[in-house]
Amino acid sequence: MAATFAVLAETKDGSARKITLEMLAEAKRLAEASGGGSAVAIVLGSLGSAEMERLGRLGADRVCHVEGAALGAYASEAQTEAVRLALERVKPEALFIGATSQGKDLAPRIAARLRVGLASDCVEFETKDGALVARRPIFAGKAFARVTWSQARPWIATVRPNTFSPREEDPSRKAEVERIALGEVNVRTRATGFEKSEGEMLDLTEANIIVSGGRAMQGPENFEILRRLCKVLGATLGASRAAVDAGWIDHSHQIGQTGKVVNPTVYFAIGISGAIQHLAGMSSSRMIVAINKDKDAPIFKIANYGIVGDLYEIVPILTEEFEKALRE
Amino acid sequence: MNVLVFVKQVPDTETRIQLNGGAIDTGSVKWVANPYDEFAIEEALRIRERLGQGKVTVVSLGPDRVKEAIKYALSLGADEGVHIKGDGVALGDPISVATVLAAAARKIGFDLILTGKQGVDFDWSQAGIMTAEFLDLPHVSVVVHLELDPAAKKGKAKREIEGGAEIVEFQLPALLTAQKGLNEPRYASLKGIMGVKKKTIPEWTLADLGVDPASVAESAAAIRFVDFSLPPPRAAGKILEGDARGNARDLVRLLHDEAKVI
Ligand SMILES: Cc1cc2nc3c(=O)[nH]c(=O)nc-3n(C[C@H](O)[C@H](O)[C@H](O)COP(=O)(O)OP(=O)(O)OC[C@H]3O[C@@H](n4cnc5c(N)ncnc54)[C@H](O)[C@@H]3O)c2cc1C
Ligand SMILES: Nc1ncnc2c1ncn2[C@@H]1O[C@H](COP(=O)(O)O)[C@@H](O)[C@H]1O
Repeated sequence: MAATFAVLAETKDGSARKITLEMLAEAKRLAEASGGGSAVAIVLGSLGSAEMERLGRLGADRVCHVEGAALGAYASEAQTEAVRLALERVKPEALFIGATSQGKDLAPRIAARLRVGLASDCVEFETKDGALVARRPIFAGKAFARVTWSQARPWIATVRPNTFSPREEDPSRKAEVERIALGEVNVRTRATGFEKSEGEMLDLTEANIIVSGGRAMQGPENFEILRRLCKVLGATLGASRAAVDAGWIDHSHQIGQTGKVVNPTVYFAIGISGAIQHLAGMSSSRMIVAINKDKDAPIFKIANYGIVGDLYEIVPILTEEFEKALRE
Repeated sequence: MNVLVFVKQVPDTETRIQLNGGAIDTGSVKWVANPYDEFAIEEALRIRERLGQGKVTVVSLGPDRVKEAIKYALSLGADEGVHIKGDGVALGDPISVATVLAAAARKIGFDLILTGKQGVDFDWSQAGIMTAEFLDLPHVSVVVHLELDPAAKKGKAKREIEGGAEIVEFQLPALLTAQKGLNEPRYASLKGIMGVKKKTIPEWTLADLGVDPASVAESAAAIRFVDFSLPPPRAAGKILEGDARGNARDLVRLLHDEAKVI
């Protein structure tokens, strides 16, 4: 049966965030597997036509664009109502929403309004006998569950960033754009400001390479050693809770159960022992590199590559060697 | 100000998760109050202390063992606790859980509801926000800082988002979900622990809440588990020891030339 898979686009500063493109690729794959179904991007609020055309080239067959005065700064109540209107029009089999701060805030509200199931933080989808089955980590990644939905549609899922790869842009593809007007919405909560945290580094949840330091950093000044490596690699700086609790680095850098869950291509754990709560935030990284002076540190059990030794000796050399290799 | 706190009982985060006959083996689990709910409890107590009035009521839905989580909250200083019996409720389905919690909130009454941002068992991050929708309340999630102006019936929260913190203004009553950083939870005092013995914890059933059992039963669940698995073991890594310069060069070669990930 040709099924429609919808994606709630997340945009930032006038362009679609990478997670949107990742979800579009997966939605299009599932739509095609269903026998010639379509992928629909739902866009809320202002977005330029060039960007909507790009969504077409990256997999969207249709763009459903909801506009209205209520859709300025993020307000969950306005966005929920806008998505409800779009879903009424699109009637998809499933709806994907990014497992981002905004997506995780919005998805339960939408699911509750429609009284349909929501699977959070999914990393894999398959269709089986006309049902959708999603795989997702539970117990902070210590186990995985496969879940499925009742008959009520749409089946809603939030999708973990960096899990799927965007499609190649196909210049011959064009998405049809339809517009829906959102009327007034009673909004009782709205974002009114933003406090930027450190640096121009890519956000941890979007980073391809992360360099994290732990208790072994001994103080805020030594994080400079890791910042230099970050700069050479184009990496983002992370930290263990021990380093955050000691006040050496802001909590926004914390990775783990009570911090961020990250999914980079390469994760450097430097002077981090590998406590279960830290692993909860990074064990799904594609490649893990550990540097630790204790050869029995648990982090080595999950590391693809490791160096046993003193980070104060190794990291500067490593930075130098990477600089050389990348210059060539 | 009447503050409700929803507390979920979950396996201690140190628990080694094992499967038994395809299901999560809960035999050797040590059950604790969900760590994020501790931030919610603490914030509720601080609000009461700051205002010098009001009441903190904790609510937990589940089997009899969840009474321990309620007692823990009472030992910290919560005024009352209510146990909602989980019999016949699809406890693995956040929509069902939120339906019951919303009914409990209506029965108790509230000016503010605090929950954890996420249960560290199935990591749904759903029940709180869904309850807000069912009660037609505004919500703010992943809150790390909170200011309330009860007289003006409004508040201001800071929530963690990519690249920084978002400032969100909201009207009361509201539901907020707590993130680490909101506060530093206190420990129970001896007096607090002794005081728990004097408190009775009422037990409510679905009938007491006026919830139709069919609407929250396993058979009506919006989402259900198909199966569980443990993560595949990682292939043994390459661990280099000895000469620092040589090892650093090797690592660069492995990542740059061989795996081509950097
Ligand atoms: C409910 C709960 C939630 C938690 N949430 C989180 C979380 O989100 N994130 C998190 O990270 N933790 C979390 N923790 C804490 C976690 O249990 C650990 O305490 C913490 O991760 C340890 O940090 P660490 O590895 O930096 O420090 P340590 O465990 O002290 O490890 C330091 C490591 O550095 C090595 N080392 C020391 N000097 C050097 C050197 N010169 N060169 C190389 N190596 C060196 C040591 O051999 C050691 O392995 C949580 C705990 C609880 C109970
Ligand atoms: N059975 C329950 N009883 C009380 N509160 C719950 C229950 N389940 C979830 N909650 C609340 O909802 C939050 C999010 O839980 P979850 O959606 O399971 O990740 C928790 O931190 C609790 O505050």
